[in-house]
Amino acid sequence: MNVHEQFAEDLSLYALGTLQGEERAALERHLQECSGCRREVELLRGDTALLALSTAGPRPPARARQRLMDAVAREPRRDVIPRRKPWWALVPSFVAAVMAALAAFFWMQSSRLQRDLASLEKRSAQQRTELQRAREIVATLTATDAMTVTLVATKTPPQPQGKVMYVKDRASLIFLASNMPMPPSQKAYELWLIPMQGAPMPAGMFKPDARGSAMVINPPLPVGMEAKAFAITIEPEAGSPTPTMPIVMMGTGA
Amino acid sequence: MPDADVKQARNDLALVSAIRSGEESAMAELYDRYSGIVYAVALRVLGDTGTAEDVLQEVFMQLWRNPDLFDASRGNLAPWLAVIARNRAIDALRRRRPESNVDDLVISVEPDLVGDAERAIAMTKVRAVLGGMATAQRMALEMAYFEGMSHSEIAAKTGEALGTIKTRIRTGLLALRKAFER
Repeated sequence: MNVHEQFAEDLSLYALGTLQGEERAALERHLQECSGCRREVELLRGDTALLALSTAGPRPPARARQRLMDAVAREPRRDVIPRRKPWWALVPSFVAAVMAALAAFFWMQSSRLQRDLASLEKRSAQQRTELQRAREIVATLTATDAMTVTLVATKTPPQPQGKVMYVKDRASLIFLASNMPMPPSQKAYELWLIPMQGAPMPAGMFKPDARGSAMVINPPLPVGMEAKAFAITIEPEAGSPTPTMPIVMMGTGA
Repeated sequence: MPDADVKQARNDLALVSAIRSGEESAMAELYDRYSGIVYAVALRVLGDTGTAEDVLQEVFMQLWRNPDLFDASRGNLAPWLAVIARNRAIDALRRRRPESNVDDLVISVEPDLVGDAERAIAMTKVRAVLGGMATAQRMALEMAYFEGMSHSEIAAKTGEALGTIKTRIRTGLLALRKAFER
């Protein structure tokens, strides 16, 4: 308790109601400003209450009770009849009711949003996992330090090979090639999608690396285009809208 | 706090609230509960049953007229009534106009004094503390509290220094508080 020592003893006398004169006036001035000393006065009064409660004696005579109740009956309280409240006294109740309704509404909204959020979080976690797997696959496919081995029948010299994986409904295509000879200067290979009907469609340009490997991933293609075959031609580096003969490689769907 | 005490604490508050709306039966119930305490304090100070009855009447009428003087958030009813009874009794003893300011009578009591059992235990403890004090200190405390004597009056009566009386009163009150510290 933060009590000012110079007032400590006067505080006790003040709580007892026996501090008088200038000492009392000085202490009251101090109490106006000092919450620590005010609190101490409250505690000291509590201590004096203990003294008061330590007294014991005979119970008051029965007539004292009757006297009190008679006096109470003669002095009915003025505000016994509840006064009618003015309209503005109802404003706080109205505001409280509106606040309660709003609170309930926001609580329900909040619960729904929390459920949605939980569902989205679950879906997001699944997508993160799938994306991670896809990245790992792509990373392996595109890694410059990946070991790429094409297996062929023994005693067969290495042959240029291309492999297309195509999903028409997603217009997704992955093309991997190996043992490809370098195209002539200022030329590149172009992959073609040969549809069931109509003209061949460009499906990406590529040049093999020093080891003869090459790759085309998801060239721009229309969704749902059914492929009859895929072919490769040699074209100018900028690409060509129609294949230039001859076809150097070709394959049909299994 | 045990359940019984919670019930009684609620009853005290409910009774004061009922008095606020003018229920005479609530007044009778509070009187039955606390008149013994109020009367005992008044009688101890005044030593005269007639004047003690007047103080008893005055204390309860004050509660009836203005129940809002008791702020339930700032203390129990029992110590509040006891302190008012003592102050009124001292005023009567000294034949002076009531001068203690009830409006601002904030009392902070550490022990729980709501139930009869708690008050009985507290009373025993207070008497033990008083019994353990040096006679001069107990006398100073009792003269100040039950006779309303100022420290200079006590000093004059006992022939001791003013500062000594002040210190005795303060350390006496603190000893009571210490006995109830948890």
